[in-house]
Amino acid sequence: MAASESYPDDLKYHKEHDWARIEGDEAVLGITWFAQDALGELVHYEPPNEGDTISRDAAYGEVESVKAVSDVVAPLSGEVLEVNAKVVDEPETVNEDPYGDGWLIRIRMGDPAEVDALLDVAAYKQVVAES
Amino acid sequence: MAQTLLRTPLHDRHVALGARMVPFAGWEMPVQYAGVIQEHKAVRADAGVFDVSHMGEFEVEGPRATELLQATLSNDLEKIQPGEAQYTLLTNDRGGIIDDLIAYRLDEFRYLLIVNAANREVDFAWLKEREIPGSDVRDVSDVYGLLAVQGPRALERLGLPEARQFTFAEGELDGIECMVNRTGYTGEAGCELLVMAEDARALWDSVLERGAVPCGLGARDTLRLEASLPLHGNDITQDTDAISAGLGWCCDLDKEFSGAQELRELKARGPERKLISFVMEEKAIPRQGMPVGGGGEVTSGTHSPTLDRGIGMGYVPVASAAPDTELAIDVRGKSRRARVVKRPIYKREE
Repeated sequence: MAASESYPDDLKYHKEHDWARIEGDEAVLGITWFAQDALGELVHYEPPNEGDTISRDAAYGEVESVKAVSDVVAPLSGEVLEVNAKVVDEPETVNEDPYGDGWLIRIRMGDPAEVDALLDVAAYKQVVAES
Repeated sequence: MAQTLLRTPLHDRHVALGARMVPFAGWEMPVQYAGVIQEHKAVRADAGVFDVSHMGEFEVEGPRATELLQATLSNDLEKIQPGEAQYTLLTNDRGGIIDDLIAYRLDEFRYLLIVNAANREVDFAWLKEREIPGSDVRDVSDVYGLLAVQGPRALERLGLPEARQFTFAEGELDGIECMVNRTGYTGEAGCELLVMAEDARALWDSVLERGAVPCGLGARDTLRLEASLPLHGNDITQDTDAISAGLGWCCDLDKEFSGAQELRELKARGPERKLISFVMEEKAIPRQGMPVGGGGEVTSGTHSPTLDRGIGMGYVPVASAAPDTELAIDVRGKSRRARVVKRPIYKREE
């Protein structure tokens, strides 16, 4: 079942419809409800490799629905610690639970100061409203 | 400047059902309602209904209607009787495919052609230019709505008896008159219902009431690709020919039609490349335009809900066209393994 629209308060957001959950010097990244809804049912997740370095505002992976492929943009820079294997095997997990089981990667942040540049939920909802 | 999109008679029904509407061939069409995969599976397991009213319809009439069509269409119309239909190609002087269509023989001197929406104007102009005295071609597309009801339980849900594929008859559903065509584009049993545009909404409501699931263009594409049915504009075009596309079976090379001589020569010397179906062996989804190793190209690709993996069609050199040949698809710079398979990829159990 697809999740219903929500944007949790405790997350930081990037205007390209990505979220980050900050956990000490690590962060968990994923795509927002808006992004998965725009794509439709996901059928493929092309993740980065563990150990890869990702850069803020640059693509680190791809998600695909039946009709479309979309880059996943990094809200933060860092080193990939873990890829969510459940999403690789069952990409629809992102549709079902975009902020929980549908997370995409865990990173060690390269520059924690980048967090300050991310959007809070109110600012991100504004982005959604204007999309 | 934004182009005004055309709307089918069912536009308000799609919007009310919460469909995601997209531009397609100049029309505003539903790409999905509940979701492509769900809709796809409904057609494979039970019954789905598609609004295909955007497709074009021409009537070709007159004592020399057959002569006109025999000279412009690839298949032999003398093989069908009134009440029968035929898959055929409109070909250009080079043997390229202007469109693929179904010709319905209404009676001795009258035909209905159902053509792709994107080619309606080109097809009509082509036929009009070749009209001969005693033949008349009319574009009657706006007069009709067209619903495709497809799936193993489609006929049962509509209360229709089985009938041979590629036949048609006047009929009715819940009191609404329509032409019941035993044709489709999904690889499933079912029919296509041609109805007067003003009755299209009542017919749609009846078909939904009878339990068919509304399906959009998204599922139509995944279904037809599993059934290895080519899409004009992707897999067959004015620059590709029937022999390379594996459509020689619907070309009667013993008669004269536009491009027949070119096709005879091509058949004699053998095509350089062939249109094949393939299934991905690695996790990846092929897309139109991706290069195939050894000099080929993907013309259509998607995720197959039935197989839960990537599938596609494309042209490859003849040496790589045999079933079981391994292919390397360039998926945005990464080489991914695929295998040529016998067509169709999906075949329903009889």
